[in-house]
Parts: sequence; C-alpha cells; structure tokens
Amino acid sequence: MIPFTTLTSRILPLPIDNIDTDQIIPARFLKTISKEGLDRNLFCDWRYHEDGSERADFILNQPEAQGAQILLAGDNFGCGSSREHAPWALTQFGFRAILSSSFADIFRGNALKNSLLPVVISEDVKQELFALRQKDAGVEVSIDLESQTLTLPDGRQVEFPVDPFSKYCLLNGVDELGYLVKHEAEIAAWEARQPWALNTLGA
Amino acid sequence: MSKPRTIIQKVWDNHVVAQQEGAPALLYIDLHLVHEVTSPQAFEGLRQRGLKVRQPSRTIATTDHSIPTTPRSLPIVDPIAATQVAKLESNCKEFGIPCFGFHSENQGIVHVMGPELGLTQPGMTVVCGDSHTATHGAFGALAFGIGTSQVEHVLATQCLLQQPSQSYEVRVDGVLKPGVTAKDIILALIARIGIGGGTASVFEYRGTAISSLSMEERMTVCNMSIEGGARAGLIAPDDTTYEYIHGRRFAPQGEAWDAAVARWRMLPTDEGAAYDKSIVIDANSLEPMITYGTNPGMGIAISQPVPTPDAGKDAIERDSIRKALDYMALEGGKPLLGHPVNVVFIGSCTNSRMSDLRQAAAILKGRKVSPSVRTMVVPGSQEVKRQAEAEGLHEVFRAAGAEWREAGCSMCIAMNGDQLAPGEYCVSTSNRNFEGRQGKGGRTFLASPLTAAASAIQGSIADVRSIL
Ligand code: SF4
Repeated sequence: MIPFTTLTSRILPLPIDNIDTDQIIPARFLKTISKEGLDRNLFCDWRYHEDGSERADFILNQPEAQGAQILLAGDNFGCGSSREHAPWALTQFGFRAILSSSFADIFRGNALKNSLLPVVISEDVKQELFALRQKDAGVEVSIDLESQTLTLPDGRQVEFPVDPFSKYCLLNGVDELGYLVKHEAEIAAWEARQPWALNTLGA
Repeated sequence: MSKPRTIIQKVWDNHVVAQQEGAPALLYIDLHLVHEVTSPQAFEGLRQRGLKVRQPSRTIATTDHSIPTTPRSLPIVDPIAATQVAKLESNCKEFGIPCFGFHSENQGIVHVMGPELGLTQPGMTVVCGDSHTATHGAFGALAFGIGTSQVEHVLATQCLLQQPSQSYEVRVDGVLKPGVTAKDIILALIARIGIGGGTASVFEYRGTAISSLSMEERMTVCNMSIEGGARAGLIAPDDTTYEYIHGRRFAPQGEAWDAAVARWRMLPTDEGAAYDKSIVIDANSLEPMITYGTNPGMGIAISQPVPTPDAGKDAIERDSIRKALDYMALEGGKPLLGHPVNVVFIGSCTNSRMSDLRQAAAILKGRKVSPSVRTMVVPGSQEVKRQAEAEGLHEVFRAAGAEWREAGCSMCIAMNGDQLAPGEYCVSTSNRNFEGRQGKGGRTFLASPLTAAASAIQGSIADVRSIL
C-alpha cells in the first residue's frame, strides 16, 4: 500500500447526499477479473452521454477539476454495495482523499485499505467548503494525517478522527494482511479450542 | 452475576481471537461465502503473496451475479461474464474450495444458497464479499458484507479485522394486516431512519411481529439491514430457527445436533442488556410500502402521495429529493397508485424464496398480467426452482403471462443482460433503487412480492389489498 502522510490539493465538489457505489462505478463494469481500467468508468452515468461523449455540465469533465486529488461530497458517501471497485476507480482517477460529513461503513473500510483517506468534517465546514469552492475553483486545502488536521483555505485548522490502527497502516504503507498473518499462533490456538466444526467439503 | 449482554455482544465475544490495544479485534469467521464478482482480485492477491486458503472447509462458492437466467443448456454469451465465471471455477479448483458453479444443482444467489443448505447456523460469524450478507443474520448469526481486500484476508487467515459495532434495537410489535409483509416492515424502518441511520451499528430485530415471522420472512428483513446503513442485522434464534435448520445438508446431525441446539439456546439477548440505540415500530399500523425515489430510504405507504422537495430538512436534502423526482420523472404531491409500469421483477436475495413465490403466485393465479408489462419471476436458487416447479408455481406464472427463469441475481443488479431500458419503470422486489441499478436510465419502485404481482396485473402501481 502507498503511504499517506500529507496532501495539498484543489477540491472537486459533488454536493449530493448518499452517493452510492452504483453511481461511483456501475455494476455492469464489475465483470472484470482485474482491478485495472476502472477510472474510465468512474461516475460513468453522470459523466457521459448515451453516445459516450462527455457531458460538459458534469464537474469531472470541467477543466478546473483536472488534477484535483480531493473529493468533497455530501453526507453518507459510498453507501450501497461492498464493491471495492469503488475506491479502486477513485484512486485510479487520481483521488487520494474524500471529505464528507459521513461515510458508509463498508466503503470507509475499503477506502482505507487502498490508501484513500476518508476525512469526516462537520456539516458547517462542509457547507463552507462547498461555498468557497463555488466562488473560487482554485481553492486548496491541506491534509496532515500525522496530526489529523485539515487546513482550510484561510489557514484555520480543523481536526478529523482516524482510528489509530488505520492511521498507523496509512502512514507506514502497511497492509492489514501482513498484520493478520502474524497472528498465526493465536488463530491456530483458537481453532484448537473450538468445540464444533463446519465442513463445507463434506455432506 | 456477569453483566447482561446482547446477542450481538455474545457472538462477538465468542469469536475474538486476539485484541491488541488500539487495534481492531481479530474476529474468527465460521463461514465464508464467495461469488464470482468480488473474489478474482482476492485470489490473485493470494497467488502473488504465495498464500493458501487457510480453511477451505469453512469456505464455499457459487456463481450468481453475472450469469444469465436463460436456460442452463445455453452457453454464457457475454464473453466477459463467461471469463469471470470460469475464473471462479478455476480459482476454487486451484485453492481447493467447494464451488456450486453454473451447472450445479445447488447453484443459487449466495444468500439463498447458504441458508437452504443448512450452512448458516445460529451464533456463527459469516462473511461474503457482498453487502447483503446480513441476510444470514436471520439465524442469529453475525454476518458482515466485506470488500475484496477483506475477502483475501479471510481466505488467507479465516479472520477479519473489525472494530466493535454499536447495538441498535429494532423492536417491531403487533400483528401485520393482510397485504402487509416482512418487506414492508424493513422498507418502513429504512424510510424512518434513512439510509445512513444505522451507520456503525448492528441491528437486532425483536418484538412480537418479528418472532412470528417465518425464517424466509426473517431473511427478507435482515437482508436490507445494509439499506438502513447498518453493518449487519440479526434476529435471535428460536424454535422456528431450529426447525428450519434441522435435517438440512450441512446442519449438525444426531448428538451434534442436540449439543448445537443447547449452545444456540444461550444466544438470545439477556434480560436487562442495554442497547446503544432503540426504535419501536408498530406493526399494526403498517401499510404496504413502496419507494418513489433513488435510494431505499425514499419510501412511503402505498396510499400516500409522493413527497415534494420541501419535505427535505436542509438544502442538500431538498436538492436530493428534487434530483430523485427528476430522475424518476415523478411529480411531488401526486399519488403513486395508478402510475404505469413497464416491468415487474420478482426475485433477488430479498424476495426470491418459496414463500415469496407462493405469495406472488396466489395473486397471479387465474389472472393475467397486463399486456403492457413484462413480468419476470426469477427463483433464488436451483433448489427453489425445483421446489416451485414441484408445486406447479411455474405453471401459474406462465399461465398469467409471466416469464419463469433460471436462478441468479438477474435484474436486481442488471449485470447479466436482464435489464431495464432507459426511462422504463419497474416494480421490483429487490433491495436497491439507485439510479441505473436495474439498467442505465431505468426507474425502480421497491416493493413486496404481493405489491409487485398486483401491479403486474393492473399494469400500474396497485394496492394489493384491493384484490385480496
Ligand atoms: S440478488 Fe441483488 S442484492 Fe442480492 S446478492 Fe444478488 S445482486 Fe446482490
């Protein structure tokens, strides 16, 4: 996993609540057996016309959106299915962090495993950022994971929560499977204590 | 005496393998269900790291999402889907995992297959790379939907790293009126708390209206816990549960059965245990529910008018309603009853089991679906299909003018070619009405099998109570 430490970037606003994973990456693109090439279809149905041409009025297609690494979205971002294709598509497109007032659980977990930082901000800060971005497409914010602070365009800093374990993994680029594998002895001991078994191979 | 605990806490405590300060718990997983869409990258990860599947005997696969529902004698026409299905079968072979694949007589939607084989049992931890894994909570199991990285974690270590959840009591008391079903209970809950209402929580459904539900109805309720934002949802096991499991293929037998039931009887929430949150729903006052918008929380009683954007609590929510009505081409303030529909879909892991099909068949028997409506009935598994055919339900559906298809996810997710055309309206017994979920530009009304069948006959959204 790529480490995440600090990030300064322009923001791409999507002021919509409950953006679900079917919008982030529609199911018809999940027939793939690899992780690659999903960025092309990120927000596909909002981004392209029926004939495949870009919709000029969708933010992702506008020139000032290019290169923005931080997405600013409405409440409950990432609700819906468990598809990890959603954070894969977002990171392949170039996003490294998402700001919102809340995230759906499975999406948040999936994002953290792909070095995509979900940053929970207050409703007020969210509204303020939407307003600032509307006035000036060039506004930038900075994220510092170590101190868990988001620096707003006027220099004010707000703190955001991250659980200590995810923070450690992100800062050091460590993935969770490595941590799990180290517990082999405890897992084996637990299995030995289990009074009953299931055998999907039998019956 | 030890502190009273909820069933959620008990199942959790029973599975903690290790817990380090500041880190999530390592939770042992009793049953891992695998399907073709969210697993290929996980198997690839194992290969790259040179890891094996730790417990093939706690893992089982089937294919459901991307397969066609046309007769099984036909090949999979879509080459990308065919590759994905073949990949699942070859991965399972390589890693020694049992797979009820495309041609298996046990193939089915993963959340229909597990319970019907007796794999899902009380007190278990169950995971699947699929958000509707909560379905298995109907048995008193703690069942989480997980991402592909976690699928890889569980394949390799049989453990999941998980933060504790909050407990959320959903008490449903009373008696459902005729025409009102388990689907209406869960749609009513989600309409009340919103699709983020259960974030970070596990629901425990309880109360007299829940305990009087059959296992299949309980699965319908638990299935949509994720649509309420919860990580999982469960119902404490009781005699209804044990009766359902007894004698199924993977259920404990003989002495092991008695020991299992004794263990399961310890699971229900202790008297006096505290929940982090609670809500009470009065089953007596529920009506058939239907969604009007583009998320499952946008639901109303079927006799109610569609809300106007002013119903939103703030600017973003008002905008969301406006956007949803725009997408659905509906007008706020107008009734949904009588709104024309093009397609009726009866199926999905929410409502594709025998009791769902029997309910739909009871409505369709001796009637005809409207000539302007395409009606599809898709059983949840090959087993459901066989049983329905043994009861002659397929004849009822066909005689009414509905299609009777092979088992799979089908138009719930529209990955397999079963899909709406842009602009089409569908009354669907599935669980998601997001934009494009049933096909790009398609418009979904979520409802029960009764409402779906009644709407198919009328050719427009119908109140089933008028024809009961
Ligand atoms: S039927 Fe629908 S919700 Fe259920 S597993 Fe299949 S795609 Fe997912």
